[in-house]
Amino acid sequence: MTREEIIKPENLVYRRTPVLTDNIMHYCPGCGHGTIHRLIAEVIEEMGIQDKTIGISPVGCSVLAYNYFDVDFVEAAHGRAPACGTAIKRLNPDKYVFTYQGDGDLAAIGTAETIHACNRGENITMIFVNNAIYGMTGGQMAPTTLLGMKTATCPYGRTVEANGYPLKITELIAQLPGTYYVTRQAVFTPAHVRKCKKAIRQAFENQNLKKGVSFVEVVSNCNSNWKMTATKANQWLEENMLPFYPLGDLKTPEK
Amino acid sequence: MAKELKLMKGNEAIAESAIRAGVDGYFGYPITPQSEVLEHLMIENPVEKTGMVVLQAESETASINMVYAGAACGKKVMTSSSSPGISLMQEGLSYIAGAELPAVVVNVVRGGPGLGTIQPSQADYFQTTKGGGHGDYRLITLAPASVQEMYDFVQLAFDLAFKYRNPAIILSDGMIGQVMEKVVIDDYKPRWTDEYIAKTFPWAAVGKPASRNHNIITSLELDSAKQEQININIQKKYKVCEEKEVRYEMINCEDAEYLFVAYGSSARICQKTIELARAEGIKVGLFRPITLWPFPSKQLKEAAKNVKGILSVEMNAGQMIEDVKLATECRVKAEHFGRYGGMIPDPNEILVALKKQIM
Repeated sequence: MTREEIIKPENLVYRRTPVLTDNIMHYCPGCGHGTIHRLIAEVIEEMGIQDKTIGISPVGCSVLAYNYFDVDFVEAAHGRAPACGTAIKRLNPDKYVFTYQGDGDLAAIGTAETIHACNRGENITMIFVNNAIYGMTGGQMAPTTLLGMKTATCPYGRTVEANGYPLKITELIAQLPGTYYVTRQAVFTPAHVRKCKKAIRQAFENQNLKKGVSFVEVVSNCNSNWKMTATKANQWLEENMLPFYPLGDLKTPEK
Repeated sequence: MAKELKLMKGNEAIAESAIRAGVDGYFGYPITPQSEVLEHLMIENPVEKTGMVVLQAESETASINMVYAGAACGKKVMTSSSSPGISLMQEGLSYIAGAELPAVVVNVVRGGPGLGTIQPSQADYFQTTKGGGHGDYRLITLAPASVQEMYDFVQLAFDLAFKYRNPAIILSDGMIGQVMEKVVIDDYKPRWTDEYIAKTFPWAAVGKPASRNHNIITSLELDSAKQEQININIQKKYKVCEEKEVRYEMINCEDAEYLFVAYGSSARICQKTIELARAEGIKVGLFRPITLWPFPSKQLKEAAKNVKGILSVEMNAGQMIEDVKLATECRVKAEHFGRYGGMIPDPNEILVALKKQIM
């Protein structure tokens, strides 16, 4: 069999979605960002909304997300993506607008923007990647860092006395009347990846209904700053992150 | 089209002008003494008239980032605030300048530092004309001295902001914001269509058609050599702006032996002082910078050639005086007179200062 005989459309079982660019991602091997990017890009492709989508990237590891999505993108200041999304959607109500943020960005410096965009019921999709640490700056404590977890700025482990509690921001925003769909997903096994994609698709489709924020938290890893192998990081995630950040829908659209 | 005449506050004029200039979005937060801008917009409800979006944000930080993102889509967007709120906006202003986006900001200045006072001041001159936030950038700064100019400068600020893809700021103060004067107002201009924006601003993030690469709006460039080139390009743009966009006014300068340099409210007060001085036979004129950045340096240098001394009259502790001295290369005596912390100078005390400090 020749190479030409093999590479035929009918033999195609998997391909990179054209909504992702050719650029090589800078993410560490084993990081969840690449998978989450792919899921969003596939949803955009499948919905046929590449020309109607505007993305907003944060400050943090995914600051360069705009290099990987082949859609128009706006890079927000640290924590301000929900404010940016608010303006873009209100000025362009026929466009699909999504924000992509990490835990430091969404749940620390951008808490006010997060809460108020959610409470106003902005008709946008918010993707929240929670890996319980600041990745880009080198592994400092995040608002979602678990108690006892060691980071560069809580080197002996997070304590309530010194650092307060990990913030369950997703539970918090699920209480707000402006959110329409709030869910917590993960991407550390193929089954979780498939479920997560469904949730992201739902969160994008909800924009057609104009009923408020659709919010998808993705519990992810940071094997580099957790100082573990990729495999070990996924195990650690399952054993430590998921008991505190349980997966599933926190708020579902009324059927 | 017949022009309409209305009696209105400076702050209301900003709001009315924004609606009629075809602005797409205003994002603001209440603060004295500029809250009437947001209030007037809410009363007028322009979404029904022109489709203009008006939103009360959760903070000035959110407001300016909404402006940043709106501008990223090629929309005509603006905000307004007063000094403490403008301090919170410095982050966003730096990003807007860095990403080379057009936007308009209005600062109805009040006295500081800190929470200061709600009374008029010009103490934000340094912050406004020298950049304000982090990094090498400038704000195109327009200083209105009347309610009519508050109205007119909204359109002018948008023209300049889009021409140079840089934030333009209207540097007003609590007096011009609150005083009521007659204003000639225009008819409603239609907002730009999405087709017009996509065609005219090929850089805008409006949704990527198959025919072009994706547009990225960012101020980030981690490669220092590239970042330096971005900075060089921005500085080149500023040089052109300095050459072409200087605006100023000269009043009673033909025979002047002395010169007041003053902008905004101070310039209005100086005009009264000129009357008082000339009644005493003192030949004094007024040089009023309208653009504070770019500062009319060449023009002031020229105007200073024939005078014996200059008094820079400001509602601050001495800020514009530095630009006056730089412009005139200290070849003529130039001194500062100011009242601050919300105090407004009296025309008589300015005359006394002129006699004491300059004559």
